[in-house]
Amino acid sequence: MTPALETRNLCKHFGALTVAEQINFKLDAGARHALIGPNGAGKTTFVNMLMGGLAPSSGAILLGGVEVTRQSQRQRVKHGLGRTFQINSLFRSLTVVDNVSLAVAERHGVAWGMFRPAGRYRSVVDESMQLLDTLGLLEDAKLSLAALPYGKQRLVEIAIALGMRPKVLLLDEPAAGIPSLESHRILEVLDALPKEIAILIIEHDMDLVFRFARKITVLAQGAVLMEGSPAEVSSDARVRQVYLGERRE
Amino acid sequence: MTGPAHTGSYLSDPRVRPMEWLPWVLALVCYFAAPTYLPLGSYILIMILFALSLDLILGYAGIITLGHAAYFGFGAYVAAILAVRVTADPLIGIAVAGISAGLLGWLTGLVILRMRGLTLLMLTLAITSICYEIANKATALTGGADGLGGFNMKPILGLFKFDLFNKTGYLYCLLFLFVAWWLVRRIIYSPFGASLTGIRENVARMHALGSPVYQRLVAVYTISAALAGVAGGLLTHTTEFVGLKVLSFDLSGDLLVMLILGGVGRIYGAFVGPVVYLLAQDSLAKQFPEYWYFGIGLMLVLVVMFARGGILGIVDRLLLRIRRGNT
Amino acid sequence: MQGFASSLVSVAFHGIAYGMILYVISVGLSVTMGLMGFVNLAHGVFAMTGGYVMLSAMSRYDVPFPLALCLAFVLVAAASVVLERLLYARLYSAGDLEQVLLTIGLIFMAVAAARLAYGTLQQPVNLPPYLKGQFALFGRDFPAYRVFLVAFSSVLVAVLWFGVERTRWGAKVRAAVDNRAMAQAIGINTSLLFTVTFALGSGLAALGGALGADIIAIQPIYPFENLITFLIVVAVGGMGSLRGPFVAALLIGISDTACKYWLPQFGAFFIYAATIAILLWRPAGLFGKASQ
Repeated sequence: MTPALETRNLCKHFGALTVAEQINFKLDAGARHALIGPNGAGKTTFVNMLMGGLAPSSGAILLGGVEVTRQSQRQRVKHGLGRTFQINSLFRSLTVVDNVSLAVAERHGVAWGMFRPAGRYRSVVDESMQLLDTLGLLEDAKLSLAALPYGKQRLVEIAIALGMRPKVLLLDEPAAGIPSLESHRILEVLDALPKEIAILIIEHDMDLVFRFARKITVLAQGAVLMEGSPAEVSSDARVRQVYLGERRE
Repeated sequence: MTGPAHTGSYLSDPRVRPMEWLPWVLALVCYFAAPTYLPLGSYILIMILFALSLDLILGYAGIITLGHAAYFGFGAYVAAILAVRVTADPLIGIAVAGISAGLLGWLTGLVILRMRGLTLLMLTLAITSICYEIANKATALTGGADGLGGFNMKPILGLFKFDLFNKTGYLYCLLFLFVAWWLVRRIIYSPFGASLTGIRENVARMHALGSPVYQRLVAVYTISAALAGVAGGLLTHTTEFVGLKVLSFDLSGDLLVMLILGGVGRIYGAFVGPVVYLLAQDSLAKQFPEYWYFGIGLMLVLVVMFARGGILGIVDRLLLRIRRGNT
Repeated sequence: MQGFASSLVSVAFHGIAYGMILYVISVGLSVTMGLMGFVNLAHGVFAMTGGYVMLSAMSRYDVPFPLALCLAFVLVAAASVVLERLLYARLYSAGDLEQVLLTIGLIFMAVAAARLAYGTLQQPVNLPPYLKGQFALFGRDFPAYRVFLVAFSSVLVAVLWFGVERTRWGAKVRAAVDNRAMAQAIGINTSLLFTVTFALGSGLAALGGALGADIIAIQPIYPFENLITFLIVVAVGGMGSLRGPFVAALLIGISDTACKYWLPQFGAFFIYAATIAILLWRPAGLFGKASQ
């Protein structure tokens, strides 16, 4: 079966500095896959290359078997790639439902409409409301986004990404900045995501990673150190050394 | 509380509120009550239209430009040259002025809207400066520094003559302003308008949503330039003259000040700003030019430091406070 | 042919003098824009003020020329510190629009104040006797003041470049232009760094305005009239860069002088057209960071 997302020998150099080296990575359909690694391992670079924000020096990126290495972010989105941002990247002066509606309207292909009022596009508004409902944000739908507490803003990040109906979803540290006591709420939401979406999560919260992911790829110094099930990864000596070891001292 | 009333939102009620008829009623009252002020009144209406066009790109789409006079001036010159050389029919003149300014906006927009920040600002300035230089030096066509006059506009539809007191001109401007207002309002309440707000608020996220950001910006820039061109054409028709001032950096600056004074990104800021600014200018600027400019500068600084929403922003806050006081 | 060669030398010389002045005025703008990301349209105000300070010190109080130059630098730098702390610093994290508006407001105020104090006419420039007359070089006569201008600016530029390349302050500025968050993280007091750099940039602008008073006339509309030119120098050179604006200033100085000499019927058309072409080719300017 074709992987939902695949990279082949992906490399990125900044001058003499290598930040991604021969990354071969496969994300299966419906996967719950985590990408971990110490700070500076090249996770952000990798995500940016996947999204099209950063051009790789060499190698290829395939979405559902189609090569998208030279395609723009917009074209990749059309091929079913969605993401959330590590630092909230929202429309702060808009309402919560507008934040989601912008995504839904783009997907419905109605965002060019210039003459009919936005509120008359019932399918867009209804779908956005429904999404907010599944994330437990319905009551906040009409609030200005800036008025939401931080944790709920993290959920809006996810709601926007879901509004794009991605086949592949990159979650860039969904629990970043959330106290670990509250991160269970994020986990609940992640667990309830539609099964058919292939999810790659980049996360520092190891509890979350081990509870959510069925497969983990460890990145160190821009290269894949190892890949395996959570049990394999947590028992691997090299991983302990570069990553877990320094955390469990 | 939802966001400001006139942002492109999937929640906002698009129906025209009673208050929104107020400007039109006032404009008609002025027509009957202050017949000697109609030349100034026409100019104010034209600047409102011009400010409205700027609000569309600056207030909604977040494109910062110091060169919007390029399209206003282009429309004004096209209208004048057309009147001198081809036809003095006003409606044809406005149509041609709007379309050609829109074309210029489209062409320049295609080129400059790939840039951002200082580079974009610089390009808008450079384009206006080039237009100015061309108008200044191509004397055979434009009259150069002397300007272009000596033409008489034909009656509108062959029925309504332009008169000395600008009675016809005033209503003529009012009509176009009304159409433009209706159009801009439609656009702002549409999904397209919402996506412009999205681009202004967070362009990176719009890219990540797969939104064709660049094409959207080019589209709104073209519409805005066409509206500015119509405003320029109206100025030519009502004054039956065009001079270099319509392409000057001063005009772009004045326009920006008017819009900021009224309030950016809220449609009616473009109405309030020019009225207050131009009325104040008419009474103060001639007597105390130095103090006038100093005052304008001070006002800009104060608006930026303390009252980012301009006059309408202050009104909003006052209303909010009164409402809170009542409950 | 002889005539053409002679005018070529003359255009090159005057162009270089003009370019040097443009650079001394604009370099501060480039560094502050690169360092603080601040769109400071009011930079010309500092240059104009420098011109007024020097000219009035000389004509009203008989201050000798070198001292008047120093005075322009010191007074304007000091005043700019006040402005920076009071107004600019509060808008470092604000949007471009706020910065544009604030600085346009400052221009309006400065223009009005200059008109009130000095009237609308341009200020006469009375050079000290030892800088009047001609200076013979390679068998040609050059205006002595322009020769002094080129020489003095060259020394100034050399000192500035040395300072930025070799001193601790320079290293901090370069680090902060490169990556402000990183600079803060390693303990650089960026707030102080901004103030000092801003003051130095404004002082240099004042010096440039004063030195160039007989090339760029000191009059109230100065900040508006030359705004585009200063911005072009920075945008074409690449903001944040030290050498880029130097190349750009010389290019603009020479080509503007050449256009005025040979093609006056086109005015500044070519300068603007070239600016657009260069910015489309390299949006971050000739020497700017490509990432912008």
